[in-house]
Order: sequence, then structure tokens, then C-alpha cells
Amino acid sequence: MSQVLVITSGKGGVGKTTTTANIGTGLALYKQRKVVMVDADIGLRNLDVVMGLENRIVYDLVDVTHGLCRLKQALIKDKRFENLYLLPAAQTKDKTAVTPEQMEKLCDELRKDFDYVLIDCPAGIEQGFKNAIAGADKAIIVTTPEVSAVRDADRIVGLLEASGFEEPKLLINRIRPDMVKRGDMMSIEDMIDILAIELLGVVPEDEKIVVSTNRGEPAVADETSRAGQAYRNITRRIEGEEVPLMTLQEVEPTFMDKLRMLFGIKTRTAKGEGAKWTF
Amino acid sequence: MDFLKIFGREDISSKDIAKERLRLILVHDRANVSPKFLEMIKSQLINIISDYMEIEEDGMEIKLTRMKKDEDTTVPALVANIPIRRMKHLAKI
Repeated sequence: MSQVLVITSGKGGVGKTTTTANIGTGLALYKQRKVVMVDADIGLRNLDVVMGLENRIVYDLVDVTHGLCRLKQALIKDKRFENLYLLPAAQTKDKTAVTPEQMEKLCDELRKDFDYVLIDCPAGIEQGFKNAIAGADKAIIVTTPEVSAVRDADRIVGLLEASGFEEPKLLINRIRPDMVKRGDMMSIEDMIDILAIELLGVVPEDEKIVVSTNRGEPAVADETSRAGQAYRNITRRIEGEEVPLMTLQEVEPTFMDKLRMLFGIKTRTAKGEGAKWTF
Repeated sequence: MDFLKIFGREDISSKDIAKERLRLILVHDRANVSPKFLEMIKSQLINIISDYMEIEEDGMEIKLTRMKKDEDTTVPALVANIPIRRMKHLAKI
């Protein structure tokens, strides 16, 4: 049975698009699922760039909903990953170009051909958000360990519940174990405690995300990336597998590390690289 | 946090500050209480109380906060601080 998942957050810049790209690629690559990623951020499309498919766009979501082309014509097949497709957003229109009813119809259409329909929601809680959630069955809320992002996530939880969504899942992005350990960043438990929703996964801050976005290749396919590993685990959880959330093995700082810290010199542990985490 | 002071660390960790601020913000967000709404409650309270006592309107403070209900549950609470200047003894019925 196919599923329509919306990836949302309220706040911008927390990693909705990166999450959509990685989960989509993960499900297609490791689970052989037929996946379509829909960029619902009309006017500010980005998913195509993150996926490295920006040069292949002919038609977009607005063209489809306005009947200017057939759905199949607008779908871009990712040649690197079998079974992975993208429906890009329009860049020249704005969010009012599509209605929630049209989105619902589109999702139902896609449902027939795909195992997963992933919708990359725009930031904010206005029309674009309403469009993005209209045809979705389930929601993934992305947040980062910051006051503003968690506040907006809470707002989204409320709005989703008001729209009849049951149990949205939380994805905590860009966490830095070293800062959590120092007491300078909210921990996973802190955020779960405040938001009171179920956790889908935790993605650590990882420079490789920047590199992979530069290249237009999702980090989930990079076996050496920690964030990629986190996304692989999340992919498996979406498929219903029980994957332990995380185990933590801290490498104790050596005497020299402590000495360096005393003088404010960055050390392995201070950068978080000495801490071994799995997500 | 007293034990931290003993060890010379007076400041609370920044994540605890973040958590506490968030909690208060969310009490307001979830209750959907705007400053305008609080102003309305305030002016009506003044009206009612003024029949019985003279109050210092400028020193009056009304806010939404959290209160411990029992060990580990907290509930939103409306807290009003109303300085009384003088009692009006017309209510001796």
C-alpha cells in the first residue's frame, strides 16, 4: 500500500529538503521502493538542486495541475537510482497557483504508481503549507536543537492535529553531541519532553551534507557519512523495521585534550569527532 | 542549581535556559493567548475589583505561566499581582 508523507517544519533552513532527498533516495536505493519526491515549494524550488536534477526540468507541478502537460511528462527519472522520480516545483509562479484540492488529486494520482510519495513542504504555515499537507497521510516534522525551530515545530504539531493528522513523527536534525555533552545544546530527551511526539530519528551535524549538496548527490548513498548512516536508519524505520535509536560511546578526553581545552585550543573531542555516536 | 554554585559555576547551562524559555513560550503559543487578550482580562478584572477595593492600576501585573500540579505535571496558570491601595468597606452586607 502506498504512502504519502509530508516533510514539514514551520521554520525554514532546518533541513526539510535535505531530509526529503535523503529519505527518498534511501527508500529507492536500499529498499527498492518506487518513490516520487514532490517539491511543493512553489516559487522557491530547491529539491531539484539538492538532487542534482536541475538541468532536466521541462514541466513542473503547476503545469500538471493546470493541465498543461500530463503527469508522466513532468516526472523526472533519476538515472542514478532505479525507481526514484522527482516532480519539481514551478519557479516563476507563487504558492497561490495551486489549491489544496488540486494537491490532493495529484497525490491520489501518484499513489497509483508509487510506493512512496514524499512531499517537501515550504517553510511557513500559510497557503504553501496547506497545499503540501492536503494530500498527505502522515507527517514528518523536522527540527533542529534551537529554541526557534522547536517552537515552530510545536506550532506545526498543533496545526497538523487540527487537520486530522495522527501521530506526526519527529526528526531532529543537525545535533552536535559535543555541544549536548557540554550542556550548550538541547538534547534529544529535552526536545521529546517538550514536544511530546514520537521520534523517528536523529541526524548529526555533518560537513558531508554540505559536500553532498554541493555535488547534488544525497549523503544517504555515502557509506562514510554519519548523517548518511542516520538517514539509512530512518529509511529502515519508515519501512517498519525496528532500528535502535542510538547508542552512545564517548571517547574520554585525554589529559592533553583537557589541557588544550583549558587554553581554549580546539581538540578532537571539542569538535565532536572523538565522540563515537551511532544514530 | 545550588550545588553548581558551590563549585564556582554560577551560570546555568545554556540548554537549560533554552528549555525553560521554550516551555514558557509554548504555554503562550498553545493557549493562543495574545497580549491584547491579557489586556482585556486585566481591564475587566480592574472593573470588578474596583467595586471592593482601590487598586494601583500601574503596579498591576497579569501573566500566563506554569504551575506544578503534582510531582511531574505542570499546568498553565494565570497569575495576577494586584497591589491594593485601600479597601472600600461598602461590601458589609
